[in-house]
Amino acid sequence: MASNGIPGRVAVIGMGCSRFGERWDASTEDLILEAYTECLASAGITRDDVDAYWLGTLSSGMSGLTLSRALGSDDKPVTRVENMCASGSEAFRNACYAVAAGAYDVVMAVGVEKLKDSGFSGLLRQDPPGDGTAPEISMTAPAAFSLLDPAYCAKYGTHPDEMRDAMTHVAWKNHDNGSRNPKAQFRSPVAKDTISKAPKVAGRLGVFDCSGVSDGAACALIVPAERAHEYTETPMYVAALSLVAASGRGALDPAYDYTTFPEVVRSAKDAYAQAGIDDPRTQLSLAEVHDCFTPTEIVLMEDLGFTAPGQAVKDVLAGEFDADGRLPVNPDGGLKSFGHPVGASGLRMLYEAWLQFRGEAGERQLTDPHTALTHNLGGRPGGCVSFVSIVTRERNH
Amino acid sequence: MSIGLLSYAAYLPRHRLGRRVVAGYDEDSTTMAVAAAATALKDQRAPAALFFATSSPAYADKTNATAIHAALGLPDQVLAADLCGTGRSGYAAIRSAAQTGGLAVCGDVRVGRPGSSDEKFGGDGAAALLFGEGKPIAEVLGTASRTEEFLDRWRAPHSVTGQQWEERFGAERYTRLIRATAADALNAAGLADADHVALACPNTAIVKRAATLVKGQKSVVTSPIGFSGAADAAIAMSAVLDTAEPGDTILVLSATDGCDALVLRATERLSEARQPVPVAQQRDGGLAVPALTYLSWRGLVELEPPRRPEPDRVAAPPASRAVSWKFGLTGTRCEACGFVHIPPARVCRKCAALDRMSPAPVAGLAGTVVTYTVDRLAYSPSPPMIQAVIDVDGGGRCTVEVTDAEPDALHVGARVRFSFRRLFTAGDVHDYFWKAVLTHGQ
Repeated sequence: MASNGIPGRVAVIGMGCSRFGERWDASTEDLILEAYTECLASAGITRDDVDAYWLGTLSSGMSGLTLSRALGSDDKPVTRVENMCASGSEAFRNACYAVAAGAYDVVMAVGVEKLKDSGFSGLLRQDPPGDGTAPEISMTAPAAFSLLDPAYCAKYGTHPDEMRDAMTHVAWKNHDNGSRNPKAQFRSPVAKDTISKAPKVAGRLGVFDCSGVSDGAACALIVPAERAHEYTETPMYVAALSLVAASGRGALDPAYDYTTFPEVVRSAKDAYAQAGIDDPRTQLSLAEVHDCFTPTEIVLMEDLGFTAPGQAVKDVLAGEFDADGRLPVNPDGGLKSFGHPVGASGLRMLYEAWLQFRGEAGERQLTDPHTALTHNLGGRPGGCVSFVSIVTRERNH
Repeated sequence: MSIGLLSYAAYLPRHRLGRRVVAGYDEDSTTMAVAAAATALKDQRAPAALFFATSSPAYADKTNATAIHAALGLPDQVLAADLCGTGRSGYAAIRSAAQTGGLAVCGDVRVGRPGSSDEKFGGDGAAALLFGEGKPIAEVLGTASRTEEFLDRWRAPHSVTGQQWEERFGAERYTRLIRATAADALNAAGLADADHVALACPNTAIVKRAATLVKGQKSVVTSPIGFSGAADAAIAMSAVLDTAEPGDTILVLSATDGCDALVLRATERLSEARQPVPVAQQRDGGLAVPALTYLSWRGLVELEPPRRPEPDRVAAPPASRAVSWKFGLTGTRCEACGFVHIPPARVCRKCAALDRMSPAPVAGLAGTVVTYTVDRLAYSPSPPMIQAVIDVDGGGRCTVEVTDAEPDALHVGARVRFSFRRLFTAGDVHDYFWKAVLTHGQ
């Protein structure tokens, strides 16, 4: 059993990201082209320099043709991957492996999602014909993640009001961060009172506890690390890529308590080992995590090792993960206010690390960021896929 | 050995429209029949046959009794058949079971036009009567029947609500039929009159005058929930069995398009083998349902749905492959390590053993809420949807909907049991599955 990773073997030399939001003006193709154009320009290359593509999308198109038709790219390999909300990270991970293997010199990972054309609220599922018994066909994502709240309070004796305050703080922080992001879906700070008193969606989750349902696309260009400087003076190096898919045991196992994602704990441990990180609290400059719902971000702070189990509520309320805290989490606004176009989100997280390392993050620029973590999750408590990457400004390996 | 009544049970749904007992949006004649039959069959051998009577079948052109059969986990050699029609069908189920042995289970959802006496004075419910060889709780002493064609009540097959001729016309016919049939049955039983009379009739004038029509030494009762169609006689009979003393004789009269009668005598065993929760206790209390919500449940008004897609139609092959799970709520237990899988799995999630599973039935077990949520976004025929993670007594965990509960009644640690329900209907296919209901000290 080995998860060797490819630390320091590949680098990102260009990225692009569309504006996220209710993009009634843009089709899937338009969103892809918006991110793609920026991406090629940032690397200073043209379409024909790209050898192969990986496309991540949950439901905005089938097969590699969704991308090759949009780009008009003849006879280049395009692989479409789907791993629920981690699809964008999956496209990136597999594109990195293709470069590390030496199969291609220049590979593009693209993630896209066009959610707002359905006319429905929230995410839609496309399930195979079934027997009508699976809880996830009826239970929505906010409901599934709201299960964390009563379970967490019961386990740690956290007063429900304090938990509510921490959930509110997460939403407030991410909206505040997003207000400094011109590409975010929501660009206004939101008062804590407005957040905590919002109409309920599921459990105690109000509308401001849920990530933005959004249209958008993001992409990355990956090359062998030793050739990165041929394209840019400020590439971003990939130190770790980890993915874990659960057996779904938690949903069946009375030993699981709905206060943690064991898949996240395992993927983080794997990524830290690949990157040689032994104290994420001090070694990371920033983290982009999967804040699909506010309790998720609280629990992730523990699962990713940013704080001890049972301490996240206190640390969140102390502002430790605010933009000016000891470890800024979701400085770009996160899924909460940047928006969550499913297939694009994993690449959008990497885009923030890219901008921060290059000093291009504008109003939200952090001081001397050098190491970032991105965490992307698909599924729900009780059974999910979890992706963790570590990217660095310098080539450390 | 002769065939006698071995057990009985009634099921009254929890919801109330004023005083009226109403089935929840996720209940139908089939699901209520499962609830009554499961109680009647507890600690009993599988019945020789299952006869299901209703005037509100969930399906036509498909047997409804097979879903009940599957939910009860009965052997596949057991005949299960529908008798769809009226109170006569209910009696036919009872008489067939009494003659040949078997389970008669009668369930009905009665719908009246808004404001009608059917809406106000009808009732929804089910009852099951198990007949067979063994030590009976009541012996059958005699039966009698009279059939007559006349128009008192009728309903077009596609109509939700029915109609009635001028009530006094039917009352005149039924008065004669009831007296004559009662006399025949008592003759056959060798009795002058019975201790208890249970009278079922769709004609409300007859129900009001029940005590003046037939003499009962100790009581004359009609259904405590009002007229409940094909379930009326079985529910009224259950109410009598709740209180009758050993040795008492019971005359059951079911007057629909004629009159049918069954005479029973309670045995010594009755006092120790009554249903766990008497009809009168089930009748008390309940959850108030607003009139508009009730009307939406019956399809009489359409409310604004959540902005979510309706679920897909259940697919026949996966439902068939999973029949013991979907209908019987049976998981699997790993023979290597004991880990329980709800739903069933072939590979053990704990020890990875492959195909070393034995069935783990959980339908009759209780459980505890681990965590829960109220989903205001989910598509539901009656939002909001409540879902809970349940740890089952004796092992295993599942996530299921919670029904018959106010959203604020849930808490971590709440105790629940399981109830067979209709989750939704898509493409005219009903999605039958199990939900959790809070245990109310029963």
